Amino acid sequence: MIRKFIAKAYIWILLVILYAPIALIAIFSFTESKVLGNWTGFSLGLYRNLANSGMDGGSSLLSAVENTLVIALAAAVFSTVLGTVAAIGMYYLRGGKRKVINFMNNIPMLNPDIITGVSLFLLFIFIHLTQGYVSVILAHITFCTPYVVLSVLPKMGQMNPNIYEAARDLGATQIQAMRKVVLPQLVPGMVSGFILAFTMSLDDFAVTFFTRGTIGLDTLSTYIYTDARKGGLTPELRPLMTLIFIAILILLIIINVREQKLAQKSELKK
Amino acid sequence: MAVKRYTWSYPYFIFLAVFAVLPLVLVAVYAFQDSGGHFTFANILRFFNDSDALNTFAVSIEVAIENTALCLLLGYPAAWILSNSKYNRSAVTVILFMLPMWVNALMRTLATAGLFNMLGVNLGKGTLLFGMVYDYLPFMIYPIYNVLNKMDRSYEEAAADLGATPMQVFWKITVPLSKAGIISGIMMVFMPTVSTFAISEFLTNNKVKLFGTIIQENINSSMWNYGAALALIMLVIIGITTFFWNDDNKMEEESAI
Repeated sequence: MIRKFIAKAYIWILLVILYAPIALIAIFSFTESKVLGNWTGFSLGLYRNLANSGMDGGSSLLSAVENTLVIALAAAVFSTVLGTVAAIGMYYLRGGKRKVINFMNNIPMLNPDIITGVSLFLLFIFIHLTQGYVSVILAHITFCTPYVVLSVLPKMGQMNPNIYEAARDLGATQIQAMRKVVLPQLVPGMVSGFILAFTMSLDDFAVTFFTRGTIGLDTLSTYIYTDARKGGLTPELRPLMTLIFIAILILLIIINVREQKLAQKSELKK
Repeated sequence: MAVKRYTWSYPYFIFLAVFAVLPLVLVAVYAFQDSGGHFTFANILRFFNDSDALNTFAVSIEVAIENTALCLLLGYPAAWILSNSKYNRSAVTVILFMLPMWVNALMRTLATAGLFNMLGVNLGKGTLLFGMVYDYLPFMIYPIYNVLNKMDRSYEEAAADLGATPMQVFWKITVPLSKAGIISGIMMVFMPTVSTFAISEFLTNNKVKLFGTIIQENINSSMWNYGAALALIMLVIIGITTFFWNDDNKMEEESAI
């Protein structure tokens, strides 16, 4: 009994500490003061500002959010395609070649962000690619694809290898057999790879920072960084982060409830 | 004629050669060049004669070790409790621990700094460690929780039935069986802490510099060659660590067989 209490208390104390900064942002999104921690009375002004600047379309904060989403979507789509094709091929590779590509696939995962960022920065200089949208997306594809490969590869292993052969025997061309028989089996792996790639791209700071060039391209992370270094955060960031947090919270709860229902259903079937 | 299926991996192979291998080669090339493009050891030597840089390097390693240790110390019990059906039955608590990972890390860090300011705590090394534990604790809890959750609990029961005390069960059964999770947790915390730069700037008001910060400063002030040399040094350190971890694991696996 006492043990159970201590265990529960430990978990909840950790959670309270973990969420204190996020709660601080949320609380101070309802006051208009410039500095976090200075309460100047309840107001929805910051939310109003955020919504208004969204209507005008001219706010640099919202264009940073837009860039973040566009880059994450592009990076996730490209790395899912590249990673899925690669995983199909890698599954049939044997021996030394398999080892080499596995090793190479590990490089972007093991490299710390800053090394990935600096090394790609040097690459883009070397190949004379003007840094901007394209270089950032290429960089994001680089660190996202290995995770897609690792999500799809196990699905290849779980698949019955004979069904591809069966499709071919029944007259399907190679492309047809891949598209109609193999690909549908890989979809769960592709989806989780896509989600992983999307969230990692959203959260990235260091790689974007080094590969965005000097054209003034900002994602949410680099915007916050530049803003904080100038001293003082844009107050509208507080309602924005609060809204993002609530959106994610709702999304996760929906996913979780759905999964539990699915699990219950499959148990009932048994 | 049908194409062999393994050739599907070739586009990715080329992609990795260009975007993963070539960049690292370039880091090494730039590290051993002066600004005119001639071969030189000067950049590497400069690091070993630069007491500021050496100091920063030592501090980074120290902070990373301390942060990893703290995360393990706080995270392991949490993962253990979460995975134990006696104490926790809801998946929601686990999700609550993961959720902060989806909030922009820089924003969370700034809020942590704001919290310290509100409480009147001076920003310095203590706040840096505290903030880093904040940022990286979920990365330690998650892999350990995963391993503990899948672990066959009957081993623990068997050990207890055979007369082991709860302490013995924990140290001799639970901890060794969750080693894979501990190792990936350590990697997921240690690697990013060694190389972080923005977090330390925000949490200490630039009082404590980490190795990542000096790499970033050099690259941003167009001292690419010295920046590349510093990156190369970090790369070597990380390479050695990963290599030893892997070696260690292999030996463990072999001895387990």
